[in-house]
Amino acid sequence: MNEKERNQRYNAYVSAKMTKTKPWPSLFHAFWVGGLICCLGELIKDLCLYISPELSTQTASTWSLIALIVLAALLTGLGIFDRIGAYAGAGTIIPITGFSNSIASPAVEFKREGLVFGLMAKMFIIAGPVIVTGVVASIIVGLVYLFI
Amino acid sequence: MFDPIMYLKVFLVGGFVCMIGQILIITTKMTSARILVSFLLFGVALEALGLFQPIRDFAGSGITVPIIGFGASLAHGAIDAGNSMGLLGVFTGGLSAVAGGIAAAILAGYLVGLIFTSKTKK
Repeated sequence: MNEKERNQRYNAYVSAKMTKTKPWPSLFHAFWVGGLICCLGELIKDLCLYISPELSTQTASTWSLIALIVLAALLTGLGIFDRIGAYAGAGTIIPITGFSNSIASPAVEFKREGLVFGLMAKMFIIAGPVIVTGVVASIIVGLVYLFI
Repeated sequence: MFDPIMYLKVFLVGGFVCMIGQILIITTKMTSARILVSFLLFGVALEALGLFQPIRDFAGSGITVPIIGFGASLAHGAIDAGNSMGLLGVFTGGLSAVAGGIAAAILAGYLVGLIFTSKTKK
């Protein structure tokens, strides 16, 4: 059996075994869970402004992002986030909760490979590319604005 | 504050953004890292084109909570600090704008990693 044929067979096997997400319901799930997470963010922001009205909107929304990040990390540790994620798909990945989960989840998962090269290094397995892309792109945009 | 119409807009815009992500996952089988990176870049582009602020005024957390807002903050920080501090600002501005989020995610992730142990799948 040559390699190409084997790969084809393997791919067919994988797609047969993969759990099929039905496209239409999953869009709806992503929509309402994602929307709800954003509303939770708005609620925390409003609460911050309510408790201390002297805060700027910018500061309040940073606090609400931090609250969502901490909440998502905690739910990841408790194993609840994965269950919500399996239902909502992109509804939990796209909000900042997905970024937090992408750090906390490998931290829990790779702890057994050691504190430094397991937990601390693998934390950035998804967040690393995100931060690298963001920093590089923001510097390019900043330079363009600076010189134009 | 606590304006029901605003919450409706947040829900609809936030939900719509997540639905676009779900469509990408279904049609292109992108991994979550690629999805996050693309949406982040989209946010940087929105901010660079000056389109982010109008959307933010309309939808509030509906656009700042998705990772698009993270990208836009990075770009906004770099542009802003570049204007006030020159070239050094371009380098420091982006990360300082999102430093709170990144630091919180690292601290929370680290503590969660220390405290919880993954359950072996049965």
